[in-house]
Amino acid sequence: MKLSLGPLLYYWSREDTLAFYQQAAEWPLDIVYLGETVCSRRHLLRLPDYLEIAEKLSAAGKEVVLSSQTLIESESDLKALRKLIADGRFKVEANEWGAVRLLAEAKQPFVAGPTLNAYNPDTLAMLADMGATRWVPPVEMPREMIWQMNQQMQAALPEAIRLETELFGYGRLPLAFSARCFTARHYNLQKDDCQFRCLDHPDGLVLASREGEDFLAINGIQTQSAKVMSLAHRFDELAAAGIDVLRLSPQARNMHRVVNIFRALADGDIKPAQAPAQLDRFMPAAPCDGYWLGEAGMAFHPVNNPITEGEPA
Amino acid sequence: MPNPPLLELICPAGSLPALKAAVDNGADGVYLGLKDNTNARNFSGLNFDEKSLVEGIRYAQGKRRKVLMALNTYPQPATLPRWHKAVDTAATLGVDAIILADPGLMAYARKTHPQLRLHLSVQGSATSYEAVNFYRERFGIQRAVLPRVLSLAQVENVIENTDTEIELFGFGGLCVMVEGRCLLSSYACGDSPNTFGACSPGHAVRWEQTPKGMETRLNGVLIDRYADNEKAGYPTLCKGRFEVQGETYYALEEPTSLNSMDMLPEMARLGIAAIKIEGRQRSPAYVAQVTQVWRAAIDAVKKDRTTFKPLPAWQTALAKVSEGSMNTLGAYYRPWK
Repeated sequence: MKLSLGPLLYYWSREDTLAFYQQAAEWPLDIVYLGETVCSRRHLLRLPDYLEIAEKLSAAGKEVVLSSQTLIESESDLKALRKLIADGRFKVEANEWGAVRLLAEAKQPFVAGPTLNAYNPDTLAMLADMGATRWVPPVEMPREMIWQMNQQMQAALPEAIRLETELFGYGRLPLAFSARCFTARHYNLQKDDCQFRCLDHPDGLVLASREGEDFLAINGIQTQSAKVMSLAHRFDELAAAGIDVLRLSPQARNMHRVVNIFRALADGDIKPAQAPAQLDRFMPAAPCDGYWLGEAGMAFHPVNNPITEGEPA
Repeated sequence: MPNPPLLELICPAGSLPALKAAVDNGADGVYLGLKDNTNARNFSGLNFDEKSLVEGIRYAQGKRRKVLMALNTYPQPATLPRWHKAVDTAATLGVDAIILADPGLMAYARKTHPQLRLHLSVQGSATSYEAVNFYRERFGIQRAVLPRVLSLAQVENVIENTDTEIELFGFGGLCVMVEGRCLLSSYACGDSPNTFGACSPGHAVRWEQTPKGMETRLNGVLIDRYADNEKAGYPTLCKGRFEVQGETYYALEEPTSLNSMDMLPEMARLGIAAIKIEGRQRSPAYVAQVTQVWRAAIDAVKKDRTTFKPLPAWQTALAKVSEGSMNTLGAYYRPWK
């Protein structure tokens, strides 16, 4: 099982971001995704900065992938996308179909990101045919379906073509994208004059129900889960479902510890049942694993406990 | 070559009576779906079986109106044949176009029924001309419905760079999220529009009168609580009141409807091919009312867009049937964002 560090979904200060990736170069990761996938107004790091980080990570032995913007709205968004693809030194993760078109045209291999909505083997085989070498299922896809996808897709493809499967396995789940900025809305600011308030919320801004249940997290135009998706306790279920890479999504604190725990799982140094005891204190919120089990995403079932209906444990 | 379509009025048909109401009140076309999760309005009691579909097509096409069939959810491995069969049914019965979101399904439709006209659904999340042109080149789509997230200037940029017809939402329920890119519903209750064809589905909804007021819940999560003098709304989860940093408010979106009528002249100038009215889950009376008003408005703007002004009577009629009785220009108007 390879481990990847997903693209940073939040907006951190330039210093914090650079320090984060400097440290990440030393972490036991196989793949690092870089780039702004959420908001085109975030500009503390630009493509040349990411390329510089990419070179360093690459020199440290990591596979680097540049992630493209998920919501392309303007000509300047397209310009940034074309630049990302034109550089050509690093593989690109396509997060919408315009990027797929440009990558296929440039005959560049790519990673099919989670927001391409590949929900069936026909679409997946098409992506493979267009140059995808790895796909990230939609975060809501259950394990049985991921397994079926790979079985059926592989049957439709020549044997030489093999598509890696990368699963979102740790972090607040990216659930929705909007034209509206909910962080700016919270501060009664216009999106065009947002004063970059995302900088104050390095793990997002928690949205709770009126009876105090943490429900979602606001991250600019993105809405995330308040709970942290974690499959550490189910690590031994991953390979059977055909998962090749587990994606760890950056959270603001203790990411080094989190990566180490998943590395220990991948190397067999700790057992999945032992993982929560080590991991929980490094997580910004309670865990969830419902999507993996084909349930509501917010549900959570600890292993070795009988599965109970209703409220997450 | 015939002129490209301009401001066709496309109205929702959640049932045969709604279809007839749309046709009788001046819709240029109706859109509808089958009674299952092959379309994004999979609610019980809605939609068409083969018998009502045949009758609906006969009624609409008999009056030279178009029937567009939405097959705009994402087929999944175990059930893919159901979507294929639905495409075959649409082709066999002679609908005027099918509205699709999934590229794999488009490839099937293109290969199996090359004469069948394809529209890209709003659920396809295409917000740039590069994305629209992807579907155009690969599958020959004739029209794309854009998500309700672009400003009109951004819509114009798409139009200038594609020869695909562009359809926009004009009126009705407003998704604040990019359609096809929202999993909030499945996070809360397991079913999302992408796979199940419905957001915040009825089976997960609970209404409960409590000492604190009427409470609405989605799979146990409190979406809103209403004081006695407030009208309780359906718990669509992005339109609930939540608490962020000690402040309780509509953190994502108010329960409003989109009404873009003020922008009709601009839409006419841009050459928007069609205006879509949301609301397959609404009653035939709603469809009749909204269709009638928008027919009058589109006729007026086509006659002279420089002097067009929505009549107060139209706006009053629309406000009466709007969700939450409030209207917004949505993302077409930049400050909304």
